[in-house]
This record gives sequence, C-alpha cells and structure tokens, in this order.
Amino acid sequence: MSEQLKVPTMAELMAEGKKPDILFWVGSAGSYDDRAKKITKAFVKILNKAKVNFAVLGTEESATGDLAKRAGNEFLFQMQAVMNIEILNAYEVKRIVTCDPHSFNCLKNEYPELGGNYEVMHHTQFIKELINTNKLDIKESDYKGKQITFHDPCYLGRANSEYDAPRDVLSKLNANLVEMKRSKATALCCGAGGAQMFKEPEKGDKDINELRTEDALKTNPDIIATACPYCMTMMSDGVKVKEKENDIKVMDIAELIASSQKL
Amino acid sequence: MDYLPNILFAIILFLGIGYFAKNVKKLIRNIKLGQDTNVSDNKSQRWKNMAMIALGQSKMVRRPISGFLHVVVYVGFIIINIEVLEIIIDGLFGTHRIGLSILPESVYGFLIGTFEILACLVFVAVIIFWARRNILKIARFWKSEMTSWPKNDGNFILYFEMVLMTLFLVMNATDIHFQAMNSGNIISQYIAPWFSGLSESTLHIIERGAWWVHIVGILIFLNYLYFSKHLHILLAFPNTYFGKLKPKGQLNNLEAVTKEVRMMMDPNADPFAAPAEGAEDEMPAKFGASDVQDLNWVQLLNAYTCTECGRCTSECPANLTGKKLSPRKIMMDTRDRLEEVGKNIDANNGEFKDDGKQLLGDYITNEELWACTSCNACVEACPVSIDPLSIIIEMRRYLVMEQSAAPVELNNMMTNIENNGAPWPYNQQDRLNWKNE
Repeated sequence: MSEQLKVPTMAELMAEGKKPDILFWVGSAGSYDDRAKKITKAFVKILNKAKVNFAVLGTEESATGDLAKRAGNEFLFQMQAVMNIEILNAYEVKRIVTCDPHSFNCLKNEYPELGGNYEVMHHTQFIKELINTNKLDIKESDYKGKQITFHDPCYLGRANSEYDAPRDVLSKLNANLVEMKRSKATALCCGAGGAQMFKEPEKGDKDINELRTEDALKTNPDIIATACPYCMTMMSDGVKVKEKENDIKVMDIAELIASSQKL
Repeated sequence: MDYLPNILFAIILFLGIGYFAKNVKKLIRNIKLGQDTNVSDNKSQRWKNMAMIALGQSKMVRRPISGFLHVVVYVGFIIINIEVLEIIIDGLFGTHRIGLSILPESVYGFLIGTFEILACLVFVAVIIFWARRNILKIARFWKSEMTSWPKNDGNFILYFEMVLMTLFLVMNATDIHFQAMNSGNIISQYIAPWFSGLSESTLHIIERGAWWVHIVGILIFLNYLYFSKHLHILLAFPNTYFGKLKPKGQLNNLEAVTKEVRMMMDPNADPFAAPAEGAEDEMPAKFGASDVQDLNWVQLLNAYTCTECGRCTSECPANLTGKKLSPRKIMMDTRDRLEEVGKNIDANNGEFKDDGKQLLGDYITNEELWACTSCNACVEACPVSIDPLSIIIEMRRYLVMEQSAAPVELNNMMTNIENNGAPWPYNQQDRLNWKNE
C-alpha cells in the first residue's frame, strides 16, 4: 500500500515550478511516533483519494515549538516558530492542514504575532470540507451500527471551540455515536497536554488517561475515536491498563474514514 | 435631642462607606502592582461579555442547581437593595417609610411585597447553599485549600445573608402601621402573629431594633467584602470585561523574547553593538513570574475576583486524579501573597521591603505547576472569566527561563527540539521516512 502514497514535498513541487493548494503539516508525532505515523498515512490516503493538491515540508519541517511554549520555554518556542515561519513564508504557504491539534493551535493562534499568517485547519475540519464539497464520497462503511465514542482533544475543543467538525465527519460512518458524560466543553483531558506527554506525572492516586478511559468505557464503545496523536497514545495506553485492548479499538478519525472506504 | 438618631445614622453611614472606600483604594493600588497589559481592544465584545457572563449569569447556570440558587440570591440581592435607598433616606431625614409618601400605596405595597418574596427566596436558597457546604459536604468545598479562613468565610457570608433577610422581614412584621395597611406584607403577615401579645411600644422597639441592626449589618457586610471571597459581587463585572477574548488555546507572546530572538536570528545584527539609547530601560528584569508583581494586573484582578467556588478545581484533570494542583488554590495563593505585599507596602511607608518571600515556593510549589496539562478546563469552568492557566504558564516561564528548573525529562525533550527539531532524539533528515515505511 505504502508505495502508492503520493507525498510530494514543497521543494519537489517548487523545482517543477508548481505550487500546492495546501500544506500538510505532519508534525513531530505524525513523523516519528509509530502509532501516529499510521494516522499520517491514513490522512494522506484520504488526500490522495480526494485528489487534493497538497505537499509536505518533509525534512524542512521542524517542531512548531508548541511543547516548549507550554513547558515555559518561550525562547525555544520563538526560535522554532521564527525558523518555521521563514520556510513557510518562503514557499508562500497560504493554507495549512494538520492532524495534530497542538500544531493546529500553535500555527493558527501563536504564529501570527511572529509573522506567520496562514489559514490553518485541523484534519477533521478539512475532511468535513472534502465531504461537503463532494470531493470525498463516503459510501457504505464497515462501521455501520458500531458504537463509537469521541474523545475531544483539548486543543481542538476547548482551546479553539471546534466540537462539530469531528462529530460531523464521524456521523458519516452510520455508526452509533455515543457521548461521554464529560464531552465537548467539559471533556476531560487525556493527560498529555502541557508537555505532560514527555514526563512522569506528579504524585497522585491515578493517571489522567486511566480516568479518561473510564469515562469512555462507560459508554460501552467498540471504538474510541480521537483526533490527536497524543490523545491516541494516552487513550491506547488507558485501554491497555483496563485490559480492554482486544475488545476496544482506539482510532483516529482519519483512520476511520480511510478504512471505511477501504483506502 | 430629636436629631440624635439622624446624626448617629449619618455618622455610621459615613464611617461605613468611608472605611469601605479606603479599602477599595487599597484594592486598586494592589491590583496596579501588576504589570501593564493591553486590554483596550474590542470594547463591544468586552461589554457583551460583561452583560452576558456577569450581569446575565450565563456561565453560572451551566450547573443547573447551584446556578439557579445563585440567580435567586443574585436577583434578590440586587432588587432588595432598592429598599436600602429608602432606609438611608429615612435614616438621614428621620422619616419613616418615605416611599409611602411618594408612591401610591398600591405601588409601594407591590414593591415591598416583591422584596419580601425575594427575601424569603434568598433565605431559602442560602439555607440550601449552607446545607450543600456543611451537610451534603459537596467535594469541592472540602478540598485541602478550603480549611480555616476560606471555609469559615463561606459560611459567614451565608449567615450574614440569613440574618439580613430575617431582619428585613421582622422589621416589616413588627411595623404596626405597615401591617395595618395590609399591602405588601405578603410574607411578613405570617411572621407578625409570632409577635402577637406584645405591646405596641415593645413592637416599636423591636421594629426599630431590626431596622438599625439591618442597616448596620449591611454596612458591616459591605466592609466585610474586602476581606472576603465575597468581593466577587463587585469584581465579577470588571473581571468579565477584562477577561480573555482570544481563543483559549492561545498563550500570550512574550515581546521581550521576540526582540532577543530577532537579534539572534538577524545575520546583520552586531552582537557586540552597544545597546541603543534607552534600550537598557526596556529590558525586563526577568522572564516569567516568581511573585505577584511579575504578573499582569488582570491576573491580580482575577485573584481578587475569585470566590473560591471550586468549579475549576472540580474539573481539573490533575486535581481529579489526586495531584496537588488546584487552580482555585493558584488564585487564592495569588491573592494571599498580593495582600501580604500590600500590607508590607502599608507598613513601610508606601515602599515594598523585601520580605524574603515570594509567590513561587512560599505559596505555589513547583510540583503544582508541573502537574498542569494546560487543558483549559479551569478557564472554561470559571463563571467569572478567571484564567488560572495564564498564571501557571507565567510561573513555568520563570522556572525554565530564569532557573532552568524544568523536570529532567522536559529538559531532555527541549534539548531534542533544539538539536533536531523534534521532542524525540530522531534525526531531522528522517522526518519523511514514514512515507516509505
């Protein structure tokens, strides 16, 4: 399958004198994390299927600096941001799509003050747009009748008030969508945000991802849907802790859409 | 001699309002100890937020039970206070129920009747509030930061309100003429029989007593505000006005860092160049915040506005899983430290004298700061637009940029970003390898 993926880089397109309509910001997790790479590929399959004229930065991409900023290292954040903005502006990038809500938030909200002004979309918003403009046709899906619960990523939901796009896309699967008690604005964090992903949690009586997984399990799901590579790690670990990994799958919305269409 | 009560009243009123004004001045002085921040943008949205969130209680009712009860107390409080106007005029000019001589009896009766119903509703709501705190022991009122003063403060306010409402109704119930008028005594007519059998002069004494204790009680309550979490009844309005308008996920940009980064990235910049005239003054003393003076004044206003309801803490993922972090405690600590700094300034002729303490360490620990997932649940939950996350981030900035005191794993993660542009130690040249895997 993978050899069929068409993933042009900005540099390649530029050499051919072409310009993409949109830049796919893969992000560090999407580039290096084994589980997140599957999300990246699923999203590329969707982009290829919908014949989207896109490109990636490839080896010219570097961390957004979001993690550093949340950890308090404004210097490192701004260094990363300024470097990335230089490259993005050199390629005259106008639109960006990313599967990582943290990159989404950072590029969309925190880059403008440093000279990076782009229209930034989360992949769930972009998939919704593809469906609404008939570029992507969701035919009968394998997920008909499956119980799916969606975990809102903080940086898509509360941080940027986007609660509908992921749900709208999921609704196309003809699945049975069930909400957790804590959802949308009151959704519980998976525990990875604010650079927590990269450190041991402070002393407490439970891990946050375990508590959030309990929220999800209460809905008796077949699938826990996410829309963030970090939520993916945390929820997958949570399901393992609860020894439910054989019964419940944790999947990104891009993966659900791609696999439902046998991409 | 006839004027003695009027004079006494005027003196009490003057002292009551005067002392309050003095404390409000102090409050404003303390808030101004914070750094400047520009909140002059988008005025129409700000007025709208104030109207919706503070005046309209829109975020309170997200929790239906406490929200509804709060609306009852809030509406009751505002409307019943119209009655205070009459009390003040009566007190100053020695009149009795001046409203009756201005308004038709039916209108006056309607007004007082409304006040009586509201007073009764407020009384009931306050009893339920008290029961939620003390009998049902709702978890957020029993967290570790809610001991001693914060716990007592919450109850004192409720007792105050119970007593004030009772006095208002007793005052009406023992007012013979008002009861004889039989208009507007919707609730007090049922209280009046409790006093039957007492002589007219005794009733008059009780009525006068209730009247005096009521107005003195209101003035005491007014002055209690400055020392209490109850300050929110005033500060909720400016606080929602100055609240964050940008997306919750957007953290502020540190301009001082931007300047330095631009210098570093500029190939034409001369690193040995003498700083431009006046540039020295522009340099910030430090990055991030270790004490209240490093925070901006809106953050300090936030601290005074917090009424310790604990909705933030009850939604905080760190707190829910037993970590020390409590967003409410962040706000309480900020206020406590700010008060301490204010008292220090008062005691040292308007100059802050180093007391060897600071917000970081003496009030808020590193452990609390590093437990935050920056998920914004606390910001979302706050009914009056307080932003505890901004304080946490500001203090993390101090820890990282001034003290290099991040947890080891985070330092490793940041070193990776610096070296190879990813939080993991992977080569940047491998960034596109996923394509062929």
